[in-house]
Amino acid sequence: MSNEQRPTAEPGSGGVGPIGGVDRLGGPGRAGPAGLDGSAPERRVASWRLLAANPVTVAAAVVLAVVAFVALFAPWLAPYGVNEVDVAGALQSPSWAHPFGTDDLGRDILSRVMLAAGTSLQVAVVSVTFAFCIGVPVGIISGYVGGWLDTVSMRVVDVMFAFPVLLLALAIVAILQPGIATTMLAIGIVYTPIFARVARASTLSVRTEPYVQVAQTMGTPWSRILRRHVLPNITGPLIVQTSLSLAFAILSEAALSFLGLGIQPPQPSWGGMLFAAQGFVTQAWWMSVFPGLAIFVTVLAFNLLGDGLRDVLDPKQRTRMEARHR
Amino acid sequence: MNVLEVADLHVSIGRTDIVRGVSFALEPEQTLGIVGESGSGKSMTVLAATGLLDAPGARVSGSSFLHDERLGDSQLIGQTPKALRRVHGDAIGFVFQDPSTSLNPLLTLERQITESLEAHRNMTRRAARVRALDLLTAVGIPSPENRLDAYPHQLSGGQRQRVMIAIALACDPALLIADEPTTALDVTTQAQIISLVRDLQEQRGTAVVWISHDLGVIGQVADSCLVLQEGRVVEHRPIVDLVDAPAHPYTQVLLAARPRLGGSPPPPVDDSGAVLLDVANLDVRFPVSTPTGRTHVHAVQDVSFQVRRGTTLGLVGESGSGKSTIANALTGLVRANGDAWLDGQVLLGKVPRDRRRRLAMVFQDPFSSLDPRISAGGAVAEPLRVHRLRPGRHRERVAELFDLVRLPGAFASRFPHELSGGQRQRVSIARALALEPDLLILDEATASLDASIQAQVLQLLRDLQQELALTYLFIAHDLAIVQDMSHDVLVMREGVAVEYRPAADLFADPREQYTQRLLAAIPPERPRAALER
Repeated sequence: MSNEQRPTAEPGSGGVGPIGGVDRLGGPGRAGPAGLDGSAPERRVASWRLLAANPVTVAAAVVLAVVAFVALFAPWLAPYGVNEVDVAGALQSPSWAHPFGTDDLGRDILSRVMLAAGTSLQVAVVSVTFAFCIGVPVGIISGYVGGWLDTVSMRVVDVMFAFPVLLLALAIVAILQPGIATTMLAIGIVYTPIFARVARASTLSVRTEPYVQVAQTMGTPWSRILRRHVLPNITGPLIVQTSLSLAFAILSEAALSFLGLGIQPPQPSWGGMLFAAQGFVTQAWWMSVFPGLAIFVTVLAFNLLGDGLRDVLDPKQRTRMEARHR
Repeated sequence: MNVLEVADLHVSIGRTDIVRGVSFALEPEQTLGIVGESGSGKSMTVLAATGLLDAPGARVSGSSFLHDERLGDSQLIGQTPKALRRVHGDAIGFVFQDPSTSLNPLLTLERQITESLEAHRNMTRRAARVRALDLLTAVGIPSPENRLDAYPHQLSGGQRQRVMIAIALACDPALLIADEPTTALDVTTQAQIISLVRDLQEQRGTAVVWISHDLGVIGQVADSCLVLQEGRVVEHRPIVDLVDAPAHPYTQVLLAARPRLGGSPPPPVDDSGAVLLDVANLDVRFPVSTPTGRTHVHAVQDVSFQVRRGTTLGLVGESGSGKSTIANALTGLVRANGDAWLDGQVLLGKVPRDRRRRLAMVFQDPFSSLDPRISAGGAVAEPLRVHRLRPGRHRERVAELFDLVRLPGAFASRFPHELSGGQRQRVSIARALALEPDLLILDEATASLDASIQAQVLQLLRDLQQELALTYLFIAHDLAIVQDMSHDVLVMREGVAVEYRPAADLFADPREQYTQRLLAAIPPERPRAALER
């Protein structure tokens, strides 16, 4: 069956058959002392080369780079000030002067989208990183160790799940001061149980794999088993969950901002702009479409980059990609 | 009139040719055996020939004619799904390898047996039930009336395979396809299934295509045999001729690789008779919680044995006999009562990590016992890192170990899925050796390999024992390979040690009935057809 996944032999390696050699008929044929130094491991294609060979991944990376660049240099790039009010020029449709149009206070939407990029990206990335760094270890440990630890931590997670996302975030913001740090913390805490659940579920299936048992019989410390065997084998679902959460984090921030508990106006954020546009959907479509488009493109880029990474990290996909690369 | 006529069958997936021009014909009441290693295209040939091949991107060409008295002649290749459905289950019955997954766990046996009867024969529920009862009786299920309403999990593996056969024969098909039907079963069960199929075939005049990687099994069932290598027929002759005078070198290798009784292990490396592993009164119970309270399964009951340094102790028994549980208890994977000493040091309970290292284990399944995300070299280096062995020269040590198990060092950067089953098992052995253990536990280490590759890995293990003066605890269900490896043998049955004696004595004069039964179940060297002449 292994025939279909045949990797091509390294050019010039003397054509050591991929499945060939040893178990083919005619016996193993001792490599002998001379064979030892002559058989260095086959060289593999570097990960970044494989990533670079995938046009979709490259496109996603370019988009994210552009978004990050805009986020960093928006104050200098934006054609108008973020809060330049021009009541006379309110609700203008897109034009050369205002490519994305203006909002109900006459502010330039292009400039606001550019200036909001920093805030939105920061909130999404920081809060999801927080959720990942707390949720994944909790999930893996509780799935691997099991017993009462698992029961207790999963009940806590259940309790957190029982609250609607927004309610929980609201409670956290209410306790602390509203502001960007609190927003990130609130969203991070809300997403932590999701990561814990995903990590635990995947760990439960990996934990019973014979290769984990082998590691156990060798006396491998459990922390090493988790790091080296469990974590790499659950990256697939975790990457998917991460890209999904990035999108939802941007939207959660929008909801919080709308309720006046997230990013405080006049600082713009994509989500905040979307919510502010709600009342004008019929009059000024551009007010909601452009910030929405910014969210869409960024999230899509995160997703596609995640897919590309997952493929390179998956050995089976990797074999196929390397075969094509050569 | 031939039941099935296959001519110039080709199958390719993508750019890979899987089957390259296979032709054969099959008469009623005849059995055709198809042998070859995994990947040789055995299953693909038969699936394509019966129109059951469902791989994405597969292209099939050639012709395959089925002659059936009721349905008339039909070409099976390039046929519409609807036309094929009429034939499948009615004129052709199928039995697959794994009886635990080919039955639906949520349906009673009756429902599963009567399904094809109701579909093809328009039988009423009542008539189909009567027929199902007949079938269960015919395949030798005890108290079939009660079993009709049973679910698959209530049956043993062998009984499930009997039910599969009953389902396949429900409509009295002209052709029965059996794809490795006994590979997942114990030797004793295998012998029963073989004779069951033979009896049913004689009574009903069914033609059978029997696929196996084991020529020993094929010898017991087939009238003629087709040897496949890389999708090509290398030999196709009556079985007796094939066994007596194999023409093709590949057939000769397959024949030589059959596990056969009468071998003997290499002389012990150490004659001192010093005991390395001493196990006394080992007892393992697994708690099982049911809705009505807790109970337990007594997996190993008061077993004691010793392994002398430089020798091999063979641990034999059918599945469920507790042999793997003993291995797991010794390596600390399951908790056990009793005592065990390795070289005088306590082994059960909480022991220092360094002592764990001295007892390494090779698992059965070479696919799942290697981490798919770690390269072969990384897997072998893992124990070196964990136990800080040979610091600073891991790379050289990995190369040495690869050389020791006769793998090219170039394979170190390959991931497990880029290696064949036998190569993977060599990596597993290298990883175990990296620990520099005193004792190596081989838990069915060759059971999931093809016969020819199994023979090579066994030879490797024998060589390694001589070179490195290793001590083995060799767990297997196949007495023939145990005889090739072991100096002492412990026979287990349902958690109890049945017979524990030096291998030479045990094989010369098995005392216990159970041991005799195990020995009798090994397929004899001569094909059945030769003995019937």
